[in-house]
Amino acid sequence: MDILRIATAGSVDDGKSTLIGRLLYETNSITGDKIEALEAASKRKGLNFLDLSLLTDGLIAEREQGITIDVAHIYFSTPKRKYIIADTPGHFEYTRNMVTGASNTSVSIILIDARNGVVEQTKRHFYISSMLRIKNIIVAVNKMDLVNYSKERFEEIKTEFSKLAEHVSFTGQTIQFIPISSLYGENLVKKSSETPWFEGNSLLETLENLDNQVNPISHLPARFPVQVVVRPKTEEFHDYRGYGGKIASGSFVVGDLVEALPSGQISKIKSIEKFGKNLEIAHARESVVITLEDDIDISRGNMIVKVGQQPEAKKELEAKICWLDSHSLRVGKTYLLQHGINRVKAKVNSINSMVDIKNMTLDTEPSHDGGIKLNEIGWVSIKTSSPIYADKYNENSTNGAFILIDEISNSTVGVGFVE
Amino acid sequence: MSNFLNNSEIVNSSSDINGIFPRELEDEAIYILREVASQFEKPAILFSGGKDSITVVRLAEKAFYPGKIPFKLLHVDTGHNFPETIEYRDWLVNKLGLELHVRYVEDSIKQGKVKEESGKYASRNAAQTVTLLDAIEEFKFDACIGGARRDEEKARAKERIFSVRDDFGQWNAKKQRPELFDMLNGRIEIGENVRVFPISNWTELDVWNYIKEEKLRIPSIYFTHDRMVFDRDGLIWADSEFINKSEDEIPYSTKVRFRTVGDMTCTAAVASEADNLDDVISEILSAKISERGARIDDKRSEAAMEKRKQAGYF
Ligand SMILES: Nc1nc2c(ncn2[C@@H]2O[C@H](COP(=O)(O)OP(=O)(O)O)[C@@H](O)[C@H]2O)c(=O)[nH]1
Ligand SMILES: [Mg+2]
Repeated sequence: MDILRIATAGSVDDGKSTLIGRLLYETNSITGDKIEALEAASKRKGLNFLDLSLLTDGLIAEREQGITIDVAHIYFSTPKRKYIIADTPGHFEYTRNMVTGASNTSVSIILIDARNGVVEQTKRHFYISSMLRIKNIIVAVNKMDLVNYSKERFEEIKTEFSKLAEHVSFTGQTIQFIPISSLYGENLVKKSSETPWFEGNSLLETLENLDNQVNPISHLPARFPVQVVVRPKTEEFHDYRGYGGKIASGSFVVGDLVEALPSGQISKIKSIEKFGKNLEIAHARESVVITLEDDIDISRGNMIVKVGQQPEAKKELEAKICWLDSHSLRVGKTYLLQHGINRVKAKVNSINSMVDIKNMTLDTEPSHDGGIKLNEIGWVSIKTSSPIYADKYNENSTNGAFILIDEISNSTVGVGFVE
Repeated sequence: MSNFLNNSEIVNSSSDINGIFPRELEDEAIYILREVASQFEKPAILFSGGKDSITVVRLAEKAFYPGKIPFKLLHVDTGHNFPETIEYRDWLVNKLGLELHVRYVEDSIKQGKVKEESGKYASRNAAQTVTLLDAIEEFKFDACIGGARRDEEKARAKERIFSVRDDFGQWNAKKQRPELFDMLNGRIEIGENVRVFPISNWTELDVWNYIKEEKLRIPSIYFTHDRMVFDRDGLIWADSEFINKSEDEIPYSTKVRFRTVGDMTCTAAVASEADNLDDVISEILSAKISERGARIDDKRSEAAMEKRKQAGYF
């Protein structure tokens, strides 16, 4: 069974949590005891209807304030596929949690309150979704009940968003628009009779029909970051030496000529194994153990690639960075850069431009003393202490992203996309 | 090399299983476990003998094969376990040649570190946390791998894969580290530790399908059996010397099984005839109540889980 990973995005109160709750409710994914708990909680809040947002706002602070602070992961399945939804926060100050939730998904549902139309958070979330190269965007125009299910209003918002897309979207991204009411469940699971003018499918039908081969990463150059060296040293496996890892992109076949990076030594794949079972071929995202014909020097953090498809060794790179910490990024300060599983020291040499989400423009002469503040996005030049073997994010997303870690606080403070 | 398949000759892999379990989840979990082995010095699996921790052990077995599982096992024993779970635990440890440490809530109570609850709903569930934190300190574990899943409970739905806990084992939900793509950051200060949840993205059904497709042996209490039980608050409670019954709570024998295995004071049974995995799975598919609906510990309040996690629970 395949898994479709989705993130919901949109401004506060646009109805993200309600949408997810409703989707679960209408697909019979909520058991009786949970509905009872919801009824009780809704009553305590003085509501005379089921507040489905209470289903995902799982923290005490969230329920007190009636907002989503951190990502919640929600699960449901249909006979066709398993769904994982990341319910992300809408507040600007929690953008970093939105990025966290969206980074593992292939579909982004951007909610818009039909009364308000496109607002700054819509732009920000669309920009971030596109920066993450999320291929499927579903714009759910919510609270249609509050605008009398007006076709004109829906079309207006569609036009407004499409104008935005001219600046933000990338080739290969698809954008679909659906008029919905999360509160009443219109156009969520079945098509609504309130919108006879709408020709598209309901939200769930749209999700069921999405092509899940979003990122045909198996056809990209083959990259295998080595997580662990498997050396049992038992009698039975005396000389056994295997490399455990998850294939980041491409596929490997037994007999392939490969190069180990950074040593540059060449060998041939002797076997690809999964718990003792030999495979002929393994694809991106599979966790396997690879053994080679020759004893060469490979340790954790190294990368095995196919000869003829080697990535460039980079010590200086250009990247787009989204900052996730309350202490701003400082030019010249040393951070740890984690690319996949490999860590090196790194310094940002310069901030070359800053993204201005409000106006959808690029500020090419940003003031340097400001650094990059929490939730801001900038283009930078970075220097690393030793080479990394990254691809461009736009060409190979699993081998083109990195995080920055603060050596003192140990926190993950930024995420970068190699240009 | 022994493994804990019932039928030890059969070795499955994704390519020859056309089951319904999404194998992507297994690849993800193995990746996480390999990161734990590499990023930490003294990692341990928190083993309860329940189906989720059994699944985690299976994944660890696969992740490092043909090498050995590089984790110790830690069991926090409340003293109120189902004997079947303990039997199973010892069988598994022996079969896989693992190193098991057991620490007892009873000892923490004797040392005066935590008070035994009294009354009708007395349970050692909360007391477990004290024993766990002491054990983490005693063994200097820097990473504790647990079988918790995000679909179990709504505070758990907020949990990261690598969940950093401070010196006091506390979870600060408002200050979680961003976790981007599959890049895991396990850097910590001395004294801090990380709770790791490799099966975060699995549902109850995924776990059962996995157990079935992997042909794993599980403790017998997951299948139907005759047991002395009594009714309380609309749930079926297993009768045991650890529970304070009132006079009108009269035990009777009936056919039940357990859906989740905590200790005897906080796990309710369900009436069931299911004596094999297929039947268990179809019961879950049609169940009217959630898995944790049978957990008496969660019924205490809406925020019971979050509060326990803040205090250092996993
Ligand atoms: N009238 C109407 N109200 C809605 C709709 N969807 C959500 N709401 C209300 O909008 C408020 C915010 O919803 P919530 O789901 O918490 O928004 P979130 O902040 O995006 O997660 C709640 O009071 C909901 O009941 C809708 O389709 N129609
Ligand atoms: Mg919300």
